[in-house]
This record gives sequence, C-alpha cells and structure tokens, in this order.
Amino acid sequence: MTIDITQFHETFFEESFEGLDIMESGLLNLDIGAADNDTVNSIFRAAHSIKGGSATFGFSEVAEFTHGMETLLDEMRDGSRDVTQGSVDTLLQSVDCLREMLAASRDKTPIDTERAAVVKGELEEILASGNNNAETNSVKKPETADTPEACGNRAGWQIKFKPHHDMLRTGNDPVRMFRELAELGELAVEVNISQLPILDDLDPEESYLSWALTLKSNVEIEKVKEIFEWVEDECDFEITEIEVDAPHANEVGKRGGITSKAEVTPVTAAKPAGSKATVNTDSASIRVSIDKVDALINMVGELVITQSMIGQLDCDFDDFDISRMEKLRDGLTLLERNTRELQESVMRIRMLPISFAFNRFPRMVHDLCQKLDKKIELKTTGEQTELDKTVMEKIGDPLVHLVRNSIDHGIEIPEDRLKAGKPEFGTIELNAFHKGGNIIIEIKDDGAGFNKERIKAKAIEKELIGSDEILSDEKIYDLLFQPGFSTAEQLSDVSGRGVGMDVVRRNIRELGGNIDVTSEEGIGTTFTIRLPLTLAILDGQLVCVGDEIYITPLVSIVESLQIKQEFVNNIAGQTELYKVRDDYIPIVRMHDMFGINIKRKGLEGGLLVVVEGDGKKAGLLVDELLGQQQVVIKSLETNYKRVDGVSGATILGDGTVALILDVDGLIDLSRNPPTSSSTPENSVRDVA
Amino acid sequence: MSTAQYVDTNTSVDVMTDTDQYLTFILAGEEYGVDILRVQEIKGWDSVTPIPNTPNYIKGVINLRGTIVPIIDLRHRFSLDEIPYGATTVVIVLKVTGENGNRIMGIVVDAVSDVYNVAAEEMKPPPDFGAISIDYVKGLATVEEKMVIVLEIDKLLNSGVMDTSEALPQ
Repeated sequence: MTIDITQFHETFFEESFEGLDIMESGLLNLDIGAADNDTVNSIFRAAHSIKGGSATFGFSEVAEFTHGMETLLDEMRDGSRDVTQGSVDTLLQSVDCLREMLAASRDKTPIDTERAAVVKGELEEILASGNNNAETNSVKKPETADTPEACGNRAGWQIKFKPHHDMLRTGNDPVRMFRELAELGELAVEVNISQLPILDDLDPEESYLSWALTLKSNVEIEKVKEIFEWVEDECDFEITEIEVDAPHANEVGKRGGITSKAEVTPVTAAKPAGSKATVNTDSASIRVSIDKVDALINMVGELVITQSMIGQLDCDFDDFDISRMEKLRDGLTLLERNTRELQESVMRIRMLPISFAFNRFPRMVHDLCQKLDKKIELKTTGEQTELDKTVMEKIGDPLVHLVRNSIDHGIEIPEDRLKAGKPEFGTIELNAFHKGGNIIIEIKDDGAGFNKERIKAKAIEKELIGSDEILSDEKIYDLLFQPGFSTAEQLSDVSGRGVGMDVVRRNIRELGGNIDVTSEEGIGTTFTIRLPLTLAILDGQLVCVGDEIYITPLVSIVESLQIKQEFVNNIAGQTELYKVRDDYIPIVRMHDMFGINIKRKGLEGGLLVVVEGDGKKAGLLVDELLGQQQVVIKSLETNYKRVDGVSGATILGDGTVALILDVDGLIDLSRNPPTSSSTPENSVRDVA
Repeated sequence: MSTAQYVDTNTSVDVMTDTDQYLTFILAGEEYGVDILRVQEIKGWDSVTPIPNTPNYIKGVINLRGTIVPIIDLRHRFSLDEIPYGATTVVIVLKVTGENGNRIMGIVVDAVSDVYNVAAEEMKPPPDFGAISIDYVKGLATVEEKMVIVLEIDKLLNSGVMDTSEALPQ
C-alpha cells in the first residue's frame, strides 16, 4: 500500500514557511543573555516540526540542515548554552537559508548547497566551540558529518533476489517490492527466466524467477533491507554496495563528454524557470480561518430559510391580499439583508490581517540597524486590521520601501539623536486602522524629518520647479514623489537611489489608494497610505450622459456643481476652464469624449463633477447625477480589451451593464484627444 | 427570450468520420456557418451598453449571467447595409480562441437557420473574392443546393476586434 505523499507537500511547505516565520520572530524577540524559555521552546518546536516533516517527505538536505539548528536550539533550551548575539544571528541566517532550501524543494529547483554548507559550517562551529560540555558535541558532530561523506561515494546497491518456490503463496508480490525500491532511486531490473518451465508444467502459484536489481541511489542499506524484510526467510537475498571509483568516473566522463555536458545544462537552465514558477505558486491558495467559513455557511442557511419563506407566499397568486403583500415585503427586506451579509462574508474570505505584511519588518529593522549602527524600536498597532489579499500582495513592496527610507534617512544615528535631545532609540511606528471605508496605514518615525528648503533646492536643481516659485507644504512634499528625486546626500546601498518614491506612489495609486506625507523638521515624518478595503467592490456615483449611465468612483470625486455660464472661460477658444473658487479646472465634455448624442446644447443645465486623478483636477460634464451605490467590478478585458477612459464594467440592479470611468485615463484622454477615431474605417477597409 | 444550448453534439455524428456540424445563420440573404462546437448559446437581441471610442461594428457589451460579453454586429463588420433589428434578430454567443486564451463574444445576425453536417471533403476553398477577406472564410459548402459560407470565427472576431490598437501605427 503506497500513498502518494506528494499530495501533502503543499501543506508541508505552507506549514514549514509558517514555522520559519515563528522561528524568525522568536529569534528577534530573544533577549541576549537572558532568553525566555518559552520563546526558545517555540523556536525549537518549529525547527523540530520542519525537520520531522522534511524527513518524512524525503527532503533529506532540509532535514539534515535543520538538524544542526535543532541541536543548537536544544542546547539553548536545556540551558547548557547561553544565548549569544552571534548564535542568534547565525540562527537567523539559517532560517533564511532554510527558507531558500524549502522554496527550492517546492519549486523543484536545485538547492543552493554551497550556501547551505557555509551556514551549516557556521552552525557546527558554534556547536563545536560552545560553553557546553564537549562530550555531547563530539557525539553529535561526527554523526552529522558522517552521513554526507558516506553518501558521497556510494553509487547504489546491487541486489540479487531469488525467491524460494513458495514465496508467492505467502502473499508476497515481488512487483510491489520493486516498485518500492524504484521510489528510492533509479532502478534497473534484470530477470532470470532460466528456471521457467514450459507452460504445461507451470504452476501459477510457484515462483520460478530470480532477479538482479541495480538501484542507483545513496539510501541507507537499512532502507533497502526494510523492503525485503517480509520475505527474508523465503528467498535468497544478497546486497552489495556499488562503490564509485573516482578515476573510473572520470573516464566515463571523458568518454561521454557530451552526455555529461548535456546533463549539466538542464540544471542551470532550470533555475530561471523555477523562479518563474514561484510567482505562480504564491497566490495559488489562501488560508481561511474556520470562523469565516462557518459564518458563510450560517449565512447561506439563512438565505435558504428566507427563500423558502418567500416561496411559500408565491404559491398562490389568485387571492393575493394585502397581508401577504406585507409578508412579501418583509421577506424581501430579509433577503436584502441576507444578500448583503453574504456578500460581506464572501469578501471577508479574501481578507487577511495586515500582520502578514507587517511581519517582515521586525527582521528588516533588526538587520538594517546592525548595518547602519542605529538604534531603532519598531512599534506596530492594528496588525489585525484586515485587507484584501490582492491589495496585501501589492502593498508589501511599497511598505518595505517606506520603512527602509525611514530607517536610512529618517532616524538619525544615536549620537546625533542624543545631541538633539531625543532618546537614543529612534521609534518607527506602523499603524493600521479603518477609517470611513478605507484602510489607513501610517508609517511614522521620530527622525530628522524633511528639510523643506533642501527639497526645494533639489527640485530647482533638477529643474522640476522654477527658482522663484512659491510652494505650499503640500506641493513641496509632492515633489518627493517625482521620478528621480532623492534628497539623500550620499547614496547608500539601503536606499536613496532616487528610484522608489514615484514607484511607491504609482503602486498605491494602482490599488486605488493614495499616499500623503507630513513632516516636521527635527521631529519626524509620517507617511499616510489610504487604501480601499477591497478591489472587487467600489463605491460609485452613477452619472447620466445622454441615455448612458456611467459610474464614477466616489473616491475620485471632489465635488459636484451646477454649471454657471459666468464661471466658464475659454483659452484660445478651445479649452474650457471652469472657475471653482481659486482654481481653474478644465471641463471635460463627456458626450464629446464618448461620442454620445445629447439633446442639450452648450453647457447650460449641465452638471460638473469635479474629479481628481493623478494629482490633477478636471470637471466632467454630465447631464444628471443618479445615485450612489456599491458596484462589483467586472473586467472588460476578460472578453474584450482595454478601453481608454474606462476601467471596467459593472452590472446594475436591472441587469444592464454600466461602464466604470477611469478618471486618470479620462483626464489624459481629454488632453490628447483619441486618434483612434480612425480605427473603424481602417479595420473595415481590411475586411471590405 | 429563447435560449437554446448546443453543448454536446449529436451521437449520430460518430457514424461518419471527418464530418463537422455547423450552425448556419442568415445575413443579408446569404447563409453563413460556424462550427457548432464553438456556439455557446443563442439568445434574442436585447439592448446593449455601448462602449465609447470603439469601431462601429462593436455594438457594446451585455451581461451574460454575470460575465461582460462584447457584441459584434456582423452586418457592420461586413459593411452591409444596416437594417432595423426585428423579431428574428439573434445574438449567437461564441467561444473564440485567441492568443490570450478563450473569450466569449456575441455576434448579431439576421436569423438563425439550421444545423448541417458537412464532410471535410465537401468543403471547397473560397475563391479570392472581393467582399470579405478570404482569411475569414474557412470554405464554402453546398447543402441542399445552397451555398453556405463557413466562417473562420477565430480570425474574424480577433482581427479588428482584439488587435486594432496594436496593429495601428501610433
């Protein structure tokens, strides 16, 4: 009976990576010198599970590597070894290394054995040196060192297997045993049929065959023997080891020069392919807490009850009286509530606590502090705030960038801090919380803050602004997000290459969010990221243009106003500007843009929806505002293609499709009117 | 709104080898055929939501049970005269294979006609005529003395619909 254990691999990897996270955070929390026993225990347990799991699933390199870590942790646990900064750092490195090894095993790419060997060497060094008694060391060390050596020059096993005549009668099946052997390595089977009688004399219950098996694998002899354990007494059985003869191997190599080369290439070629595969595996599955699933099941139960309640009413329409009408209305109200709750529950399945994104920061702060000789304390609040999985995946990198910036440029070195009368330890705060249908993530540091004059000087130097321009604070900070803008006086390898802040903002914008900065020189800087709760649903304002209904994302609407002719100005008789308080904003005539016929001539009677996108404002001229509603975003690209000025579509209550406006795209479109009006003619011509 | 689904083909097809079934439809008096295995469903004409700045043969998009499906007017596509949509006007929803995988699209035609079995050898290559590019025609079949133009829907619906923007010089 063999079970295909590969089906459990995914779970194993998932759990192992979780284990690694536990180890990492545990190690970071360890107080050097006086380690908390619980923490060490939890780290040990995680290492132990990974070791056990990897051994079970046949990832022997991983198991072997983890064994070293486990030994060290075990010593820390029973108190025979002190927790030192050195050993913690080595363990952290081992965690990284182990993570790579596991990832490589998962993606079926070759494991970077060199790096593993280096880290393992360090681990063993610590084990060997240590303040514990030398005996345990000397016992353990050879054990770990021995195995790989022994494995190194063993090419496999030569097995002679001759069952006795009656072996089959005891229910033993050689085929099954060979199959098991084949799982241990490459198996070559030669059968000897010389004993086989002619068909008439053949007794199907007797065994006449004998085999010579060659197993190319460096497994232990015990494992091979184990397979034959049951038939030991019923066969002639002999195992010999095939030694790898170094010169002989060379000879083979020479003769088959091409073959061995060919063997090498796939290994190197496999690497990039493997890294591609990683991208895919990342978002393949999602872990959902049982509470959420239970809530969902409850909700569906409610829905079924409501449905049957309404169903009972519907059965007889002939004598429909007002009391039933009442009940029907109640039922529909219930249905509406159920549907909404169901929708929310389903959405919640995609939500993950933001701690998934925050978790990597303690380690990053730890590493960077060491590198930069800074002392920083990281505080996080609101780790349980939930965020859509897709948003989470995309917000990770921008967050890393911002935190890295804060560490590198924000927080000063301890001496400077003390001079400035601040505590020696700098603080970086990561806060996440809900605010009006949005998620707010704050990255706050108590570092040096931005020097507005320097930003301005830099901008003038880079010719982003004129030298005599007067800028509001907001505008100055906005400069930080311009491509190629960095105020760092010297570049470090941590950050400050000037790529980044613009990318950060672009990434956040792509998610439908926004980022703001406030800073006070000498006191600190706060970056505030505002993100939508989910990408699948959008708060929209329904607007009417001619007979068409469009949806404008509520987040991009600044205000809506009735057009008054006296506020309309023209530039060169073409671009229309509308005066909104102190601002002149261009008017985008939606019907012209989208080629819709409308009855109304001119601007009179129209409504102007002032929208902001990509830092620019524009007024969309529409006929009517209908209402606000949450809409489910559907992609146009699934079955069609991207359309300029439209970010997607949705289905309205009456089943018709309405397009969702892409405000940024529309503003761009209004500046460079579509040249694609020639498209129809062109493509028809190639048909006609 | 009548909806007919042709998911599985008839078992009788198995008897004859190399025979394909085609759903035919009428467009300006001519009969055109599409591979029946590509037909997802046939539905009556209903209003669509126009998409701005697209070629005029793209009527717009409809909601097909939660999926947004673009609708193409084949009369426009073939530069035929426009006629008002009537009771027989139908939308044939097709599965189209393109470079980026499968898409669902609908075509508006005057009326559906019939389902024919056409053996591969009965199909004649299209002559180089002017009306529509031969790229979009798989072949001509004769069924009951009538000519049926069998369309290459992948090419027809992908070209001009999917890649105009790419094909056009900026």
